[in-house]
Amino acid sequence: MSAHARVAPARRRPWPKSVAMHLVVVVIGTFILVPIAYGVLSGFKTNSQLSTNPFGLPAPWVPSNYTDVLAAGEFWRQIGNSTLIALATALLVVGVSAMAAYVFARYAFRGREAVFMFFATGLMFPFAVAILPLFVLLRTLGLLDNPLGVILPQAAFGLPLTIIILRQFFRTVPGEIEEAATLDGCSAFGFFWRILLPMARPAIATVSVLAVVNSWNNFMLPLVVFNDPSWWTLPVGVQQFSGQYSSDTARILAYVVLAMIPALAFYSVAERQLIGGLAAGATKG
Amino acid sequence: MDTMTRLDGATEPREAGRRAGDRPARRFRLRAWATIAAFLLPALVLFCLLVVAPILLALYASLFKWNGFGVLPTDFIGLDNFTRLFEDEIFLGDLWRGLLLIVLSVGVQLPLALGIALLLNQPMRGRAVYRLLFFAPYVVSEVIAAVLFTMVFSPEQGLANRILTAIGLEGLTSTWLADPSTVMYTLFIVMTWKYFGFYMIIFLAGRQAIPSEVTEAAAIDGANTWQIFRHVTLPLLGPTIRIGVFLSVIGTIQLFDLVWVLTGGGPIHTSETLAVTMFQYGFARYQVGYASAISVVMFIISLVFALGYQRWVMRRDIEGAITGMKDHR
Repeated sequence: MSAHARVAPARRRPWPKSVAMHLVVVVIGTFILVPIAYGVLSGFKTNSQLSTNPFGLPAPWVPSNYTDVLAAGEFWRQIGNSTLIALATALLVVGVSAMAAYVFARYAFRGREAVFMFFATGLMFPFAVAILPLFVLLRTLGLLDNPLGVILPQAAFGLPLTIIILRQFFRTVPGEIEEAATLDGCSAFGFFWRILLPMARPAIATVSVLAVVNSWNNFMLPLVVFNDPSWWTLPVGVQQFSGQYSSDTARILAYVVLAMIPALAFYSVAERQLIGGLAAGATKG
Repeated sequence: MDTMTRLDGATEPREAGRRAGDRPARRFRLRAWATIAAFLLPALVLFCLLVVAPILLALYASLFKWNGFGVLPTDFIGLDNFTRLFEDEIFLGDLWRGLLLIVLSVGVQLPLALGIALLLNQPMRGRAVYRLLFFAPYVVSEVIAAVLFTMVFSPEQGLANRILTAIGLEGLTSTWLADPSTVMYTLFIVMTWKYFGFYMIIFLAGRQAIPSEVTEAAAIDGANTWQIFRHVTLPLLGPTIRIGVFLSVIGTIQLFDLVWVLTGGGPIHTSETLAVTMFQYGFARYQVGYASAISVVMFIISLVFALGYQRWVMRRDIEGAITGMKDHR
């Protein structure tokens, strides 16, 4: 009731309607939450507990599935690989895109719109279309079992969206600031590096978060590039683990739950940038 | 053309230099071109080498019989790969299954997302929590979601059948992913779990961009909730909905991770998508030429859809975006 007291009286709705509204979201929330809760609780059970007691709390709680995964080096190694690749991808794609977006936003030159469209059409090319030739290309360049073999293509495929979002933002920086900087003897690069990038910090944060999430969840490319288990990223590791222990349901669920935590933790920290970036990509693309 | 003249006006020094053509101005122009080239080059090189070249290479390889060894294929067979495609039952099935998933996504998932977005736009207790929760699956990787749901839908131990049995609906239990007649719908349930929050967030952003004065004015004029939705909110959400449909279709065409981990395309190819078929021919059977032909078809479908959609459906929005751009410069 106190929540309703704050809104204008005209908006107050009769209670059956608000109950119905809550019912709908609770049903959807259950649909979202139950598989996750099932995973978390099942991770604390033995397999025999799982078959006799699928819904209830574990009795007794068995932490060994989780502790075994955490004690094994491969889980941490995969987190390390995923982190390294995600950070390097974000750094590369944001740096290169920011430079291009700066030119697209602040210079007028013949063919500018054509070059921009050339990049923008990249948005509609499914990654899957290029995977086979990309694999052949990376093999020819000797980049298989090399993190660069994942970082470089991911950055290349991230360019269109990043350039579009950053160009949009760079356009909003008033021209007077650039003129003042130029009059004070600032070079083009100096303006870009010392004035534009710091001013664009929110936009940079947004596209970086998008790049990190996309890289973190990428599966197809690391799957074909990394043959050597010591380079596997988390999604590849989860898939291989579930194949390896296919009969050990509780252990797989423990692995899945632990693998989910970094992404969800990152989401809880960077929620604003992530949602802002997706909304910007969808409405301004 | 209109853009160019407008933008040239915005960069006066360069324009003046071009007219006069005197030496300092030309040097100024050269410097500007050097800056443009230096800033654009890294992006161009990366994009051409790792996005454009592979796509061209796929086009080229699709005309060859090739096992994928060596740098370039040599056994030219013309369009044979493509004629073979249209006799390939799995490939033709991929097209139908793709269409089914698109129809389900656009017909069920997006309306659900829109409804929830409008619901969560109302003042209600806990809506921030719900928003956070509904979007959370989007950040979980498709592989993790797929492994989790493999367990949920496992025929004997799985949670889904256990719940149905527990609430007395044994009749609805199923082997889910192992049954050709239910596998696509089970896949769609997982897709909905993973992605409806994403569309909800997009629609919510679109809804919040509508000024409250508009709906309030309609309410004052006596419109009821349904009339406000039908004649005010929905038309104003048009651009956002059209983008949502576009993303959903493009995303479904390239669906891979979820299917690969959930079913591998089985049972007996009944859940294969274009990307899964391509991957199997390319990386498991070493028929890289034929697999490239599938990539090319995916590419053409995406391209034709994207161009047609932008030409016929989103044209008004793009015009709006360009007129809107004038405010910035």
